[in-house]
Amino acid sequence: MTDATDQIPGKLTAQGSNRRPRVSINSRAVVMTLYLTFLLLPIYWLLNMSLKTNTEILNTFTLWPNNLTLENYATILTDPAWYLGYVNSLIYVVMNTVISLAVALPAAYAFSRYHFMGDKHLFFWLLTNRMAPPAVFALPFFQLYSSVGLFDTHIAVALAHCLFNVPLAVWILEGFMRGVPKEIDETAYLDGYSFGRFFVKIFMPLIASGIGVAAFFCFMFSWVELLLSRTLTTVDAKPIAAIMTRTQGAAGIDWGVLAAAGVLTIVPGALVIYFVRNYIAKGFALGRV
Amino acid sequence: MEKTVNQKAWFLVLPVLVLVAFSAVIPLMTVVNYSVQDTFGNNQFFWAGLEWFEEMLEDERMWDALQRQLMFSGIILAIEIPLGIFVALNMPKSGFWSSFCLVMMSLPLLIPWNVVGTIWQIFGRVDIGLLGHTLDALGISYNYTQDIFAAWVTIIVMDVWHWTSLVALLAFAGLKSIPDAYYQAAKIDQASRWKVFRYIELPKMMGVLMIAILLRFMDSFMIYTEPFVVTGGGPGNATTLLSIDLVKMALGQFDLGPAAAFSIMYFLVILLISWVFYTVMTNLDKREG
Repeated sequence: MTDATDQIPGKLTAQGSNRRPRVSINSRAVVMTLYLTFLLLPIYWLLNMSLKTNTEILNTFTLWPNNLTLENYATILTDPAWYLGYVNSLIYVVMNTVISLAVALPAAYAFSRYHFMGDKHLFFWLLTNRMAPPAVFALPFFQLYSSVGLFDTHIAVALAHCLFNVPLAVWILEGFMRGVPKEIDETAYLDGYSFGRFFVKIFMPLIASGIGVAAFFCFMFSWVELLLSRTLTTVDAKPIAAIMTRTQGAAGIDWGVLAAAGVLTIVPGALVIYFVRNYIAKGFALGRV
Repeated sequence: MEKTVNQKAWFLVLPVLVLVAFSAVIPLMTVVNYSVQDTFGNNQFFWAGLEWFEEMLEDERMWDALQRQLMFSGIILAIEIPLGIFVALNMPKSGFWSSFCLVMMSLPLLIPWNVVGTIWQIFGRVDIGLLGHTLDALGISYNYTQDIFAAWVTIIVMDVWHWTSLVALLAFAGLKSIPDAYYQAAKIDQASRWKVFRYIELPKMMGVLMIAILLRFMDSFMIYTEPFVVTGGGPGNATTLLSIDLVKMALGQFDLGPAAAFSIMYFLVILLISWVFYTVMTNLDKREG
């Protein structure tokens, strides 16, 4: 609102700024502060716990660590059984992102540019896969990938996650591609570009932000998913999220290490968010804003 | 945009089709297969017709889970959509603080789902969690592992914490696309804050809000990991949502026939409701241009 009032010329501006901008700015700040506190408090608590020893966690209740320790992190980063979990997760997430984008790009182009037989039904059918509960697919996936010898491999998880990521990528990319005028395609073809060259050299740079957003979403949903990745792996490709259950030993739960592992799973996501912060909002709207 | 008819576009869609057929159609066929057969072990299967479906439809268990699921999805939509809009209206429109809010708000979205569960499991514990400890110190009895009401409050607050930002980001994207001229016109007409919201902001946000509702509905209907980590479906069966019940049945008890019949009906319910949302959404798209 304040943005709008600033641009109204003459008397109206004076009137508007006299009335209540100061109050409204403050109330906004209060709302946002409250909301962000609500969001960050549980995360802070996890961080707080990860920097304490187990004795301190269980015996004293403190709002911040009294004897700061990095031992929990050391446990994770020196034990291959732990840190390989992060490597496994990252491998299949990256594989999934690459596969999803590679198949979604041409399909999204087709949907955004052409009418063809059954296009609308096909599009909705694709979307239905985004709606399929992973719980429904867990057992059949297990059997399918076991029978073709892909069980406990990174590619199995990557392919399984394509179930919901490919439809989403097609949906997002189609939204962005619709925003590119068709004349660009036609001019390029007249200039003698082949489809492949046009697509890579001209079209893809034009929708670069869309590709970034789609990649972000594929990364995100593959990174946070656990049910399928846990069902499809035992040792070699086991994701970090599933390894976290190791902290439940005979002597109870190792809270400090559990918290440290949790904090470390937040880091890759936070890095990715930082890089795409300016596109996030548009991506959530699937390019339709 | 004018689209031309081009049947060759099918070739562009082909990779997606092959991939999704592998990762969705084959597993789905397995499910259908199980749902109409019975087995006495030894890999011998018998035709069972619609028996499992009839059994599941008569079984209280599925109806109870469905009821809980509808209640859960209903409550979180009723909280997250208005709260998300409210937060979006209060977000700084540009500059450093806008990016700051965006990054902070996206953080919960990129945390692996079981870690989300772990965070709240810890946060709510009376002995080591900030929330549980504070409530306990205030004299409010709160124990999410034994008290049904506390368990429900915990999983709902957790979901609100986890996903409200998604709604807020979408609504924010919608708000940012409104030209200043609209606000200036409202100012000249001396429209009240409520009227600006009701007749300018809300209609302009409708498109993205539909996406928000669709995504939140689908995802909350499929939710598994987060409540499972926190409550394990308990106390008793009080928080056993559809996916939790299904995984119990399929992977825990290995009741393949009933579980498959359950899966198919589960999927159909999601499909039906999502189809309604989708139709409304595409109609809105068309009306806008």
